Amino acid sequence: MYLKLAWRNIWRKKWRSLITLGSIAFAVFFAVLMRSMQLGMYDKMIDNVVRFWSGYAQIHAKGYQDEQTLDNSMVWDETLMQKASETKHVQAAIPRLEGFALGSSGQLTKGTLVVGSDFPLEEKMLDLAGKVVSGNIPGPDDKGVLIGTGLAEYFQLEAGDTLILLGQGYHGASAAGKYPVTGVAKFSSIQLNDNLVMLPLKEAQWFYGAENRVTSISLMVESQGQTPGVVKALRSQLDEGQYEVLDWKEMMPELVQTIQADSVGGQIMLFILYMVITFGMFGTVLMMTAERKYEFGVLVSIGMRRLKIAFTLFLETILMSVVGALMGGLLALPIVYYVAAHPIPLSGQSAQAMEKFGFEAVIVPSTDPNIMLTHGFIIVVIALFISLYPAWNVKRLEAVKAMRR
Amino acid sequence: MSIIHTENLTKTYDSGAVKVHALNDVSIDIAPGEFTAIVGPSGSGKTTLLNIIGGLDTPSSGRIVIDGTDITRLSDGQMIDFRLNNIGFVFQSYNLIPVLTARENVEFIMLMQKWDKKKRETRATEMLQSVGLGDQIDRRPSQLSGGQQQRVAVARALASGPKFVLADEPTANLDSASTSNLLDIMANLNAQLGTTFVFSTHDQRVIDRARRVITLEDGKILSDETR
Repeated sequence: MYLKLAWRNIWRKKWRSLITLGSIAFAVFFAVLMRSMQLGMYDKMIDNVVRFWSGYAQIHAKGYQDEQTLDNSMVWDETLMQKASETKHVQAAIPRLEGFALGSSGQLTKGTLVVGSDFPLEEKMLDLAGKVVSGNIPGPDDKGVLIGTGLAEYFQLEAGDTLILLGQGYHGASAAGKYPVTGVAKFSSIQLNDNLVMLPLKEAQWFYGAENRVTSISLMVESQGQTPGVVKALRSQLDEGQYEVLDWKEMMPELVQTIQADSVGGQIMLFILYMVITFGMFGTVLMMTAERKYEFGVLVSIGMRRLKIAFTLFLETILMSVVGALMGGLLALPIVYYVAAHPIPLSGQSAQAMEKFGFEAVIVPSTDPNIMLTHGFIIVVIALFISLYPAWNVKRLEAVKAMRR
Repeated sequence: MSIIHTENLTKTYDSGAVKVHALNDVSIDIAPGEFTAIVGPSGSGKTTLLNIIGGLDTPSSGRIVIDGTDITRLSDGQMIDFRLNNIGFVFQSYNLIPVLTARENVEFIMLMQKWDKKKRETRATEMLQSVGLGDQIDRRPSQLSGGQQQRVAVARALASGPKFVLADEPTANLDSASTSNLLDIMANLNAQLGTTFVFSTHDQRVIDRARRVITLEDGKILSDETR
């Protein structure tokens, strides 16, 4: 009956309750929508950079992370590869040799990221076949390169054209080569698209003068959540003095910071929104408490314990917040799921601004149910906090004074 | 053996320089089954006396013993429980819970006494039938007349099986017919169940029906007449 009483009490002032419910629903709707968009953007960014490039974890020679040069590369080791690929939850272990070189074509030059890789293995991580827009992926023994569309556009190259690479190889050796462009691929990361030149691993080892060496073994893990376990398992198996095993957050602290910095902005916005809602809800509770002081006096008189009155008021506040949060969530979810299924590409200045910060200019919201649960929970916590006021009021209530009109 | 015993009750309101003696050395004994009216002009201390007997207010000095329990020694929580289990209240403005139906209002007191649902429903229905509202049990207070609401309040007051009922000006907001009807009901309950009723009133119609009339003036007992 307490629940019935609380529910009916909510509807005593129908319009006021509807307005309060509306404001809670709007807050949750806005928060879920905004946070889904924001987290979706981060997921996309992580996907583009981590899942489709670096992998959730990598094995390096000790010291490579601090000084990423070819001189800190490691010898390609079959046993190491086997350990890596046989670790639980590892889908693929991809050896890579990475360095930088100046790319040149005609009168144009540009700094490029030149990466040698095992293309059949790379297929598992990069889904290369689906990304090639013209030409082909070079075979393992081919002397050819696959370049990003951005780079191809910059150099005005097409499949069949030639790209000259000039740089420094292993232990100061000069690295120079003239390579036919066998294919052009559109990578999901803008940076990769604009800078990446991929070579078969053997050819890259020859180019850099780093025979049988790799700079990293990228690990594709079944899901992000399993990364810590994979890293831990590999660290315990490998010689710590020789190798380092790092997860993507350790490898790319700048990406984590970019996300955190952007996320804080959103959190501040939400904080302001919740503050407004808190005061709105508090106003309703304040009025409701003042209006019903007489009634509380009567209830105490007829023998209702103060704690039970406070409990009923608490139920009212919680019910209102839960219903409001559900309404907001249910309004937001169809939009979130629709946009997730039909991402919105951005154009113009907003697209440029996003790309400048390394985000793909497309809105794909996250459909993580935790977002709605989190914001529903925040509203309930606010309601709990607000319900302290009527409880405090009832505790101090003097029945005789309260019933004096 | 009295069910209500007050001993040298005083209640003084101190508002700065002026001290108001709402009750001044009031000692009364009310036996079980009495139908008592406390009368007197406005400001004579009727409501204050009723509030103190009901444990809603505390005396400045003196003692109140209800059925052997000195209620001035009870804590706030104990007093609330004591009221719930021993005292029924009927207020001038009915004071029903507006969002509950007549039956739910009557049930509410038993809910607090932790009666099970079925028993509560049966008892509430019976109580409402006893006050002539058997056909109005699912109506909310706003759908009932003043007289009907006051009858629900009487049913509520009696539902928990209290030792006595305190009624503060129960007929003040009622018309003649409703007053007469309510008084008949309360007199019948008093006669049939032996329920003790103590009213504060200045309504002559109530005074005429009371078997004992205690008159207060300036916080003192002016007369105590049993008929």
